[in-house]
Amino acid sequence: MKNPIAERIADFLKQFHPFSEIGYTQLLEVAKSCSVLYLEKNQILFHVSDAIHDSFYVVASGAVGLSVSSDTDDVLIDKCDEGDILGLRPFFAKDNYLMTAKAREESIVYAIPIEVFRPVVMHNSGVLDFLLQSFASNTRNPMDKNHKGKLISENVIYDEQKNEIQYYQPIHYTKNPITASASDIVKYVAQTMASRKIGSIIIHEDRLPVGIVTDKDLRSKIATGLFPIDITVNQIMSAPVITVPENLSIAEAQMMMLKHNVGHLCVTKDGSNQTEITGIISEHDVVVAQANNPGVLLRQSRRAEKTSDLKIIREKLADLIQNSIDKNIPIQHICSLTGEINNAILERLITLSIAKMDTPPPAKFAWFNIGSQGRKEQLLLTDQDNALVFEDVEDERYEEVKAYFLSLAKKVTKGLNKIGYAYCPADMMASNPLWCKSISDWKNQFKGWIQNPGERGILMCTIFFDYDFVYGEESLINEISDVVFGETENNDLFFAYLGADALKNPAPLGFFRQFLVENDGEHKDTFDIKARGLVPLVDAARLLAIQCRIRNNDNTAFRFMKLAEKEPQNAAVYEACSEAFLVLLRFRTEEGLRNGNDGRYLSLKELSKLDKVKLKNAFQPISEIQEIIKNRFQLTYFT
Amino acid sequence: MKKIQKETPKFWENYLAGFHTQDSPKRYVVFDCETTGLDIKKDRILSIGAVAIVENQIKVPDSLNIFVQQDFFKAESVPIHGILKEGQEEKVVEAEAIIQFLDYIKNATLVAHHANFDIEMINQALHRLELGRLKNQYMDTDIMYQKLKYYPEDQHTSLDELCDVFKIKKSDRHTASGDAFITALLFLKLKQKLDI
Repeated sequence: MKNPIAERIADFLKQFHPFSEIGYTQLLEVAKSCSVLYLEKNQILFHVSDAIHDSFYVVASGAVGLSVSSDTDDVLIDKCDEGDILGLRPFFAKDNYLMTAKAREESIVYAIPIEVFRPVVMHNSGVLDFLLQSFASNTRNPMDKNHKGKLISENVIYDEQKNEIQYYQPIHYTKNPITASASDIVKYVAQTMASRKIGSIIIHEDRLPVGIVTDKDLRSKIATGLFPIDITVNQIMSAPVITVPENLSIAEAQMMMLKHNVGHLCVTKDGSNQTEITGIISEHDVVVAQANNPGVLLRQSRRAEKTSDLKIIREKLADLIQNSIDKNIPIQHICSLTGEINNAILERLITLSIAKMDTPPPAKFAWFNIGSQGRKEQLLLTDQDNALVFEDVEDERYEEVKAYFLSLAKKVTKGLNKIGYAYCPADMMASNPLWCKSISDWKNQFKGWIQNPGERGILMCTIFFDYDFVYGEESLINEISDVVFGETENNDLFFAYLGADALKNPAPLGFFRQFLVENDGEHKDTFDIKARGLVPLVDAARLLAIQCRIRNNDNTAFRFMKLAEKEPQNAAVYEACSEAFLVLLRFRTEEGLRNGNDGRYLSLKELSKLDKVKLKNAFQPISEIQEIIKNRFQLTYFT
Repeated sequence: MKKIQKETPKFWENYLAGFHTQDSPKRYVVFDCETTGLDIKKDRILSIGAVAIVENQIKVPDSLNIFVQQDFFKAESVPIHGILKEGQEEKVVEAEAIIQFLDYIKNATLVAHHANFDIEMINQALHRLELGRLKNQYMDTDIMYQKLKYYPEDQHTSLDELCDVFKIKKSDRHTASGDAFITALLFLKLKQKLDI
């Protein structure tokens, strides 16, 4: 009898290693023996030191996390996604599970009985090789004796290993590079290099490499006047050019460059200078291949040609953030790096989007981020908040200009969505006609919010007063700042409203210093770290920064540090607030990375004692800063 | 006058006898019938797909997939289920299908989406064989969902809609086995959410 369910499972499995090594009939037999499990989020598949089950598992959808426990903390070691195998190792090691497998989201898992799979492994060298390789590479971690006691950095160990493997992989380089012939005139060669934006050009004779001209040659030989600009290129080229074979590893490429003290290698068919040129490797290729370092990501964003390139960069950025958190790099530093790279991605996306428009922008404009992106406090991928301002144009052109920028904004927000930033549910995006307008309209908008600080006005202030220039004409943003600081100066009513709003979330500790947790709904018994911890600090910092006329420091921690400078009498409180904010932000980021969500709700049960104390201490300054606000704006009468 | 005692077939006796024993762990059979239409009296079963669930696991080896030879044929329902009158599938006559089905389900609790329909289709087939009705307990995934959402009992939700709600991939829709498998996934999710 046919078994269509088994066929469906076999069709799924055959996409993944090592199942792709197995013939279809045999794979179908394996699939016929499967069970299918459904795991709710946080449901445990197996516990560390449980006796092994009679099956191993393949994730069909969702994600299952593998973790080890130290004290009360679960340390995530690996995340298994669609097609990943887990729980196979114990069958070969013949011992109990070394890790706990827990669903990080709703998951469907196929359980494959080991008795059915064992003969397949034994009779199929491809499968066996795959398994041996993956076990061999696992042995160095995570339970290796040398690494015991530093469980926090488990992820780092993995990454180092990944980097090492990467290091021996073939390097990506420019294939079929632009070349010039030895008799070409220097000036024209230089023009070609300039227009193609390349730093070197290989000089060939009959497709064989005879030399190379780099920026350095032009700098030291032409620009200094040593040679005139209209000579033939063979008089200034560096020769011979270092040639290498195809399929060079990153490590080898770097070694060759260091050995010969050059920045470019010419790839030829057989690696000698007697065969055809097939490519060029630059130092840049080596750097890019090596790691997710912030500088490289920044540079990659600037060079990206497609939205999909930017998506990859944003994914690498997520790894970078995770690594930085694991390595205990100060969160402030991570924030500013992330902010820069996020902005670089957005800048590039806007440039690419403009290129897709039929005409260049009909007026000067600026793109700005608002809300948490405006404060550069966005480490996790959340939704987009942005707006657009364009210079004033004649009345009769207004509609046309606005239509242009709206359509540009639609392209950009769509691109951001593709990259991974969800659309803003409240539609606070430049693609909304409300948030895409001329400078005069914006000024009036801000004036309106400040002069009539009703409830909605205040809500808008809390979002739009944290803005950060991203792209275009920065002076337009400065004009808005002038309005904000002009209109708010000595505006007691406005500050009273903003102050009252800043106090609406009191410090979240009950009478006995117990945490106040959510009482109902989906997040029952969890702790809303955003509303109860971060928002009160963000609101307080914004209010005081505007009142003290601190411009261009939209980051909450920076704002508090600036305030500490301006008001030495309250410096201790402000510094404590700055510190507390960063502690809370780290909590949220770690929670978010652990669960692949926005990290807003902390589960108190999963916090260690030490973390609970840390968290409680971070709330202390909230009461203090709220006291300052209450007194300064005399809010006891107001509310 | 002698009452003509009709002889009950062996498979039916076996089926009935199964209800005197108590299995542990409990077995559920999730099933789906593809039919020529929605009229219980007139329309006929074209195929039955079923898969068993024991201890919250869908047991792929413990599954059933039969195509039924039917003389009654409606061309307009072919686009929905894709079963041709003279298709490639190995087909059995309706009586044989019922024998296999009863032997397979035994005393399991039956599960289906809009279960009343599928169960009634089987009952009609049993009736044509002059046998009694299905004795199994049954559960309906739509009613389970209504319970979960506190919906009034008369609000119906299609299998497609539930797949969207519970993020289940909808491949192989409208084959009996495919629908049975999807319904089984749905059942596992609902069962845990309702804490059954």
